[in-house]
Amino acid sequence: MKAQELICIVCPIGCHMSVEKKGEDYTVTGNGCPRGIAYTKKELTAPSRTLTTTVKISHSNFRRLPVKTSSEVPKERLFDVMEEINTLTVEAPIKMGDIILKDVLGLGVDIVSSKNMPRV
Amino acid sequence: MQYELVVIGGGPAGLAAALEARKEGIAKIVILERDKELGGILQQCIHNGFGLHQFKEELTGPEYAGRFIEMVQKEGIEYKLGAMVVSVNGEKEIAYVNAEDGLVTLQAKAIVLAMGCRERPRGALSIPGPRPAGIFTAGTAQRFVNMEGKMIGKRVVILGSGDIGLIMARRMTLEGAKVEVVAELMPYSGGLTRNIVQCLEDFNIPLKLSHTVTEIHGTDRVTGVTIAKVDANRKSIHGTQVTYECDTLLLSVGLVPENELSEQAGVEMSRVTAGPIVNESMATSIEGIFACGNVVHVHDLVDFVTKESQRAGAAAARYIQKRLTVSGESIHTEPKHGVRYVIPNTIDLSNVGESIELFMRVTDIFRDVKLVAMQDGKVIREVTKKHLAPGEMEKLVIPIKNILSTGGEITVMVKEA
Ligand SMILES: Cc1cc2nc3c(=O)[nH]c(=O)nc-3n(C[C@H](O)[C@H](O)[C@H](O)COP(=O)(O)OP(=O)(O)OC[C@H]3O[C@@H](n4cnc5c(N)ncnc54)[C@H](O)[C@@H]3O)c2cc1C
Ligand code: SF4
Repeated sequence: MKAQELICIVCPIGCHMSVEKKGEDYTVTGNGCPRGIAYTKKELTAPSRTLTTTVKISHSNFRRLPVKTSSEVPKERLFDVMEEINTLTVEAPIKMGDIILKDVLGLGVDIVSSKNMPRV
Repeated sequence: MQYELVVIGGGPAGLAAALEARKEGIAKIVILERDKELGGILQQCIHNGFGLHQFKEELTGPEYAGRFIEMVQKEGIEYKLGAMVVSVNGEKEIAYVNAEDGLVTLQAKAIVLAMGCRERPRGALSIPGPRPAGIFTAGTAQRFVNMEGKMIGKRVVILGSGDIGLIMARRMTLEGAKVEVVAELMPYSGGLTRNIVQCLEDFNIPLKLSHTVTEIHGTDRVTGVTIAKVDANRKSIHGTQVTYECDTLLLSVGLVPENELSEQAGVEMSRVTAGPIVNESMATSIEGIFACGNVVHVHDLVDFVTKESQRAGAAAARYIQKRLTVSGESIHTEPKHGVRYVIPNTIDLSNVGESIELFMRVTDIFRDVKLVAMQDGKVIREVTKKHLAPGEMEKLVIPIKNILSTGGEITVMVKEA
C-alpha cells in the first residue's frame, strides 16, 4: 500500500507522519514520540475525539460551566453527545472534576466539570 | 502600601511568576487582576491541549488555570480581583482602581508585567463596506459563547486562520452554527497544524488560503461577506470574488501584546514583538521591572508561558534579595535569515545555569531545514527541522559551555539541511 500522510493531533507539536500499512502492521515514520503510532492506528480504524463544551449553570459568576468528556468519544457521535449535553442545567457550586452526567448515551464516557464554580 | 513584589495580570504568566517568587522566599506579594476571577484568557479556552509539557497530561484551559489558582490560594498569595492597573512608573509605583477601594497606589521593590495580549480590533484592518452588527473578534466571540452563554450567530464566515479562529470554527459548528469558510490572507495558516485537522478537516470546513474579505454586506446585521483571492502582494485579484450568505463575521487576525502600562513605565520596547525588550532573566530595561507571557511575545503554548514566567518570578525574587546581577556584561541575540525575532534579546551569562533557552518565530514555512545558532562565525547549536511555520514558536537550548562570554552577538537563522 502507498504511504499515507497523517498529522498527529495528540499534542500541539503536530508531527507530520507518513504511514504505510503492511498486512495488519503499520509502519509509521516522522512521529516525534510513541503516541504518534498509537494515534495512527486509532485514526485509521476508529477515529475518536475528546469533546469540550459548556453546560448551563445558575447561581454563578458566569452563565456557562466548561465541561469535557472523561475520555474520547467516536467522532461520528460528537453531535449526538452535544445534543444530550445541551439539555442539562446545573447549579453552583460545582468543583473541577465533578461528574455532571454519567455514561452519556451509553458510550461509557462521563461528562466532567473542568472548572471550580463557586456559588454567588 | 508597600509590597516586595507586585504582579500585574492574573493569567498563567502572573500566577506562575508569583508562585515562583514565593518559592524563592518572597513573602509580600500581590497579584492585581482586572477581571472577576484569576486565570486570564485560559478561562475562555475551554478546549483541551494545555499542559502536556507542564503536567504531562492534556488539560482544558480552565483546568490548567485552576491548578495554578489552587496553588496560589494554598500558598496564601494575596490577589485583588476587579483591580484595573491604570499606571506604573519607573519608580515602581503602581496605581489601580477597584470598586471597594477606589484608586489605590502601591510601592513595589519589583514588578512583574503579565498583562497578556489582546486581539487586533477590526479598526486596524481596512475592510470596506458598512458596519452592521454581527462582526466580532474571535476571542470576544469565544468569551460570549463559552462564558456568557450567548450564541452569536448561525451562519459564520471567519477571517484569519490563527488558533482562535480555528478553535471558534469548531466551537460554533458544535453549537449548531454553519461555518461557511475560513479565509486566510497568507498562503499558510497561522494556527497549529493539529487545529487545522481537528477543527476544520473534522467538520469539512473549507480553508481558503491567500484569500481576504473584500466586502461586508448588510445594514443592520451582516447578511453576507465577499471574499477574494489575493496575489503575491496581498492585493485582491479582480474576478475571484465569491459572496457567502451569513449573519456573522469573526475576525481572527492576530494578537498584540498589551503594553500601554509598559510604555508608560518607560521600558524599552521591541518593534518586532511589540513587547518589552528582555534579558535572560526576563528583566526589562528598567531595573526591578520584569515581564513574561504574552505581554512579551505571543505564545501559542501556555506551557512555555509558565516556564518563562517562572524564570521571571525567580529573577524578581533574586533581584529583591539582591542576588541578581543587574549590570553585568551582556551578549545580544539577533534574528537572521528566516527568523523574525529571538527572545531573550540579551543574555548575561552570570545569571544563567547550565543552558539557556532561546525562543523564536520564523518568517515563512520551511521544510527540511536546520535552525542554527552561531557566535563569532561558529555554530553553537543546530537542530534539524522537518517543518517550521510562523504560527509555531520554536526553541533552541544552548549549553552555556558553547557560548564564549567575551564573544560577539548570537545570531539565529534558518539554513538548508
Ligand atoms: C483563543 C486562544 C486559544 C489558545 N489555545 C491554546 C492551546 O490550545 N494550548 C496552549 O497551550 N495555549 C493556548 N493558548 C495560549 C495561552 O492561553 C496563552 O499564551 C496564555 O494564556 C498567555 O498567558 P498570559 O498570562 O501571558 O496572558 P493572559 O492569559 O491574557 O492573562 C493576562 C491577564 O492580565 C490581566 N490584565 C491585563 N491588563 C491588566 C491591567 N491593566 N490591570 C489588571 N489586570 C490586567 C487580564 O485581565 C488577564 O487576566 C491560546 C490562547 C488563546 C487566546
Ligand atoms: S507524535 Fe508525539 S510529539 Fe508528535 S504530535 Fe504526536 S504526540 Fe506530539
